[in-house]
Amino acid sequence: MTAAASWRGKPRRLPLASPSPGFLLGTKALVFILCLGPLARLIAGGILDRLGANPVELITRSTGTWTLTFVMVTLAVTPLRRLSGWHWLARLRRMFGLYAFFYASLHFTTYIWLDQYFDIAAIAKDVVKRPFITIGFGAFTMLLPLAATSTDAMVRRLGGRNWIALHRLVYVLAVCGVVHYWWLVKRDITLPAIYALVLAALLGYRVAASLKRRA
Amino acid sequence: MLIKRAVDVRPHEITPYATYLSRREFMRAGLAALAGAAGLVAAGPLHAQGAPLPGVAKSNYSTLENPTSFKDATTYNNYYEFGTDKSDPAEYAQKLKTRPWTVLVEGEVKRPKTFGIEEMLKMQLEERIYRMRCVEGWSMVIPWVGFEFRRLAALVEPTGKAKFVEFVTAYQPENMPGVRLPVLDWPYVEGLRIDEAMHPLTLLAVGLYGQVLPNQNGAPIRLVVPWKYGFKGAKSVVRIRFVEKQPKIAWEKAAAHEYGFYSNVNPQVDHPRWSQATERRIGDGGIFTPKRKTLMFNGYGDQVASLYTGMDLRKFF
Repeated sequence: MTAAASWRGKPRRLPLASPSPGFLLGTKALVFILCLGPLARLIAGGILDRLGANPVELITRSTGTWTLTFVMVTLAVTPLRRLSGWHWLARLRRMFGLYAFFYASLHFTTYIWLDQYFDIAAIAKDVVKRPFITIGFGAFTMLLPLAATSTDAMVRRLGGRNWIALHRLVYVLAVCGVVHYWWLVKRDITLPAIYALVLAALLGYRVAASLKRRA
Repeated sequence: MLIKRAVDVRPHEITPYATYLSRREFMRAGLAALAGAAGLVAAGPLHAQGAPLPGVAKSNYSTLENPTSFKDATTYNNYYEFGTDKSDPAEYAQKLKTRPWTVLVEGEVKRPKTFGIEEMLKMQLEERIYRMRCVEGWSMVIPWVGFEFRRLAALVEPTGKAKFVEFVTAYQPENMPGVRLPVLDWPYVEGLRIDEAMHPLTLLAVGLYGQVLPNQNGAPIRLVVPWKYGFKGAKSVVRIRFVEKQPKIAWEKAAAHEYGFYSNVNPQVDHPRWSQATERRIGDGGIFTPKRKTLMFNGYGDQVASLYTGMDLRKFF
């Protein structure tokens, strides 16, 4: 803690540095509802028949990119909290992480159900033969233990150290997620490249911070 | 004061779109009545996008399957010169300049010639309802309007040296936002073996759904090869060359291990990154409708399989 404080310099007192419990609760509720937005859009689009010519593809893309976005948002919490001094942001992190898992589950279900229609043989072949599916599948598998150990009780059961060690998997699965996207696009890598840059910045911040702490 | 008026202002740019559409409907009805009364098939100067193409014959080569809706067929497109998103072509291709338009037909031919688009529109047009299978794993059924490529070839008389045909497409950087990125090597080039090109299924399309080809579908003239993946159908063709050597096609240049010169629809030969065994038929049922099995040569095996006798289609994918 002291080490972290020293590289950060003097703690700054910003507005909202220590908000009231009411503000926190309100923010959490608002963020919770906002995070359901992408799903609500898909459902509304489905009902109104406005998902375009290839709805399954759109649902797959949308749930996939939102998964990546929530992984990035989750990883952005620590840098943002340090840079802004809004340490309460950490209280939102679990929710962002669980939303990443939620959209990943929708993405996975879309693939298994709407895309492959439970053709287990075809799915197994895909997972083994297609590197982009293998790595996406791997990323999803890594999300499972993180979601399962997200409760306070699980943090206590594992012990803080073990819990932190386990949850470092998020760095690996974030990279796998971006590679999954990169490998699936046909030719235009613009979007995966944007995710890759964001991820590089988020991971780069951590590396820089740790080097600074050691110095 | 001299008031200059831009020559390329189209009616819908100065008329509210709904009014424009209703007027168009009115004109279409009027024209149909006129043509019916007089038995006329003259195309006239009305070759704007969406204008009806009169005198279109039916064809036995058409499938009886349900055509994809006009909306889906004209809003879900791959035309990378206008962007890589499926909705980009419908949004941006309106800037494509389709008049004046000529197609230079040259190379190993006795009578090279530059065809004006108006001349090509005067060919006897046929409706060909073809299945279209995209390499990405989706498919449509599209009622094209056009004429067999071999009829154009007959006019220029290919020589014995003509072993392949190369199709070069439009490159209009000022009108094509997608060419700013080096996604593909522009202009987009496609090619066929001469026997593939001369096959009666190979079509030069100038329309769909009985009307002038919308820009996003490759106006004013495009290639359609129904037993091959959709990208073989070069859009907005400006030059056709009969050549001795196999041309290097755009997707082969971009990723030779993923896209081959032949690119015949083949459920047994997967794309390195995804299976080609099944396809999503656009507009077929809802999101819970399973994909359908992809057919060898996209279901045109009876007509074209003989072109590839003795060839290893895994090697020549």
